[in-house]
Amino acid sequence: MSIHGGSALRLGRFLSACTLLFLLSSNLWGFVAPELGSNAGDAQAQRIAALEQQTADAKSSADNAWMLTSSALVLMMTGPGLALFYGGLVRKKNVLSTMLQSFAMMAVISVLWALCGYSLAFGPGSSFIGGLHHLFLHGVGLQPDAAYSATIPQQTYMIYQLMFAIITPALITGAFAERMKFSAMLLFMILWSFLVYDPMAHMVWGKSGVLNAALGGHFPTLDFAGGTVVHVTSGVSALVCALYLGRRLGYPHEAMPPHSVVLSFVGACMLWVGWFGFNAGSALASGGLATSAFVATHFGAAAAVIGWAAAEWLRNRKVSALGAISGAVAGLVAITPAAGFVGPMSALLIGLIAGAFCFWMVAAVKARFGYDDSLDAFGVHGAGGTLGAILTGIFASSAINPIFKDANGNTLASGMIEGNFHQILNQLVGVAIAWGLAIVGTLVILKIVDVTVGLRVSQEHEVMGLDLSQHGEEGYYWEVSV
Amino acid sequence: MTKIEAIIQTSKLESVKNALHEIGVEGMTVLEVRGHGRQKGHTEVYRGREYTVDLIPKIKIEMVVSDDAVEKVTRAIVASAQTGKIGDGKIFLSRIDEAVRIRNEERGENAL
Repeated sequence: MSIHGGSALRLGRFLSACTLLFLLSSNLWGFVAPELGSNAGDAQAQRIAALEQQTADAKSSADNAWMLTSSALVLMMTGPGLALFYGGLVRKKNVLSTMLQSFAMMAVISVLWALCGYSLAFGPGSSFIGGLHHLFLHGVGLQPDAAYSATIPQQTYMIYQLMFAIITPALITGAFAERMKFSAMLLFMILWSFLVYDPMAHMVWGKSGVLNAALGGHFPTLDFAGGTVVHVTSGVSALVCALYLGRRLGYPHEAMPPHSVVLSFVGACMLWVGWFGFNAGSALASGGLATSAFVATHFGAAAAVIGWAAAEWLRNRKVSALGAISGAVAGLVAITPAAGFVGPMSALLIGLIAGAFCFWMVAAVKARFGYDDSLDAFGVHGAGGTLGAILTGIFASSAINPIFKDANGNTLASGMIEGNFHQILNQLVGVAIAWGLAIVGTLVILKIVDVTVGLRVSQEHEVMGLDLSQHGEEGYYWEVSV
Repeated sequence: MTKIEAIIQTSKLESVKNALHEIGVEGMTVLEVRGHGRQKGHTEVYRGREYTVDLIPKIKIEMVVSDDAVEKVTRAIVASAQTGKIGDGKIFLSRIDEAVRIRNEERGENAL
């Protein structure tokens, strides 16, 4: 039996009333028996201090519980969410390699993060990158870091942010699916996390980050949960990779339909649920802002399904399962920067637009330009993230989140609907930096990996399939009976 | 001995199998195959990309019967597999040189 929110509140009030009565009676006792004197006053002050500590502890407890849960949800988005989503979209001979690319991030990025990644992203440093203060997680203990969150242990913050650092590079794998060497991918991702992710995360969310809206950055970009940091960087990098590596053998003439839309379906549903941790967890607390972000996230996803499906129906006379789930992901991407800044109605609109827009990017634009962004990492994440970041500048509301304040502490307008026409420009700066960093960083890294390890598998290995050629395995060992 | 290979619609497997059992055919091999004759395929769309699928799933039933049973078996297959539309399938007959029962090495029509 769980305590309903209302009765918990009544219980809390009752206990507070009892405590207050107790304190009052202690005070009265001081009047009635004056010879006890200052001892009663000290005792009262001590009790109030203890009460304040308990209240703070209770708040921390609630926040930490939600943040740890959110961390688990975001990790689930990578494994198995993204692994399944991407895995189902490739041909059978590449299913394991695709899933392993995501899973490898869970392992490799985690280790890097512990050693130095967290420090570079969130440690004190310059406007563009953190420093080495938290090398080997030095100083990252159970005390909160007030700059980020006053109520949760810094380790919670660190582990939550790690899950973002994991899924971001995993998203890129969608662009070069079915043709990249495993070793090259590992090297690429390690370099990418240093050169692109850590700086971008620092600029938007880190102390003294130039784009940090919460901590007074010079170009405050409203990015609640990572529209620019996660989706634009990974999506644009994906496009660069797709162009650099070239098309898969046989693309676009050979038929390469998804080998299991069923797996993709399961993965997409996990992404939707996990995204509550991604967006609502970005409130870094369990209070009203988390609720707001949770609600916006859900409605953004729902409306985007309809947006994509409607566009698909108009074009193909049919709504497909793959289309519907892709629409949901597109909406979730677009609402990511907006989640903690917009109301439910704005979230519906953002989702609806994103669903239709990403459908167009994937079904029309990609075909017109002919690039082989195999799993639409750019079409959904790059384009959807860019769109979402810009729409955030339009629909952000200080009533939802009073992020901008003047010198006297008065709340300022957030987005265009409140009359702040300037914010769109800041959003564009953030988006431009994300695009620029992603393009330059990715090109440099691709070049390095190409000359050292070599990026693509041989033609023979590509035809054989990566599961066999890179990993010596088969995903489904069904043909031969045991 | 004659080998009968019948390519039929997948939805007709049950009725053909039952018809064959009724007339006493005891051995058969069933394969899932893809192919086409004059039947057109269909189009599938994934994320805006169209794929023409012209190899249609079919069922192939193979059996070897004694020569005097061939006509009876053929008629039974046709009757149970027919819908009258393009895509019903085909039956091919070929001569078999020898048959061997693995269990006891019986040969000829006794092995069927």
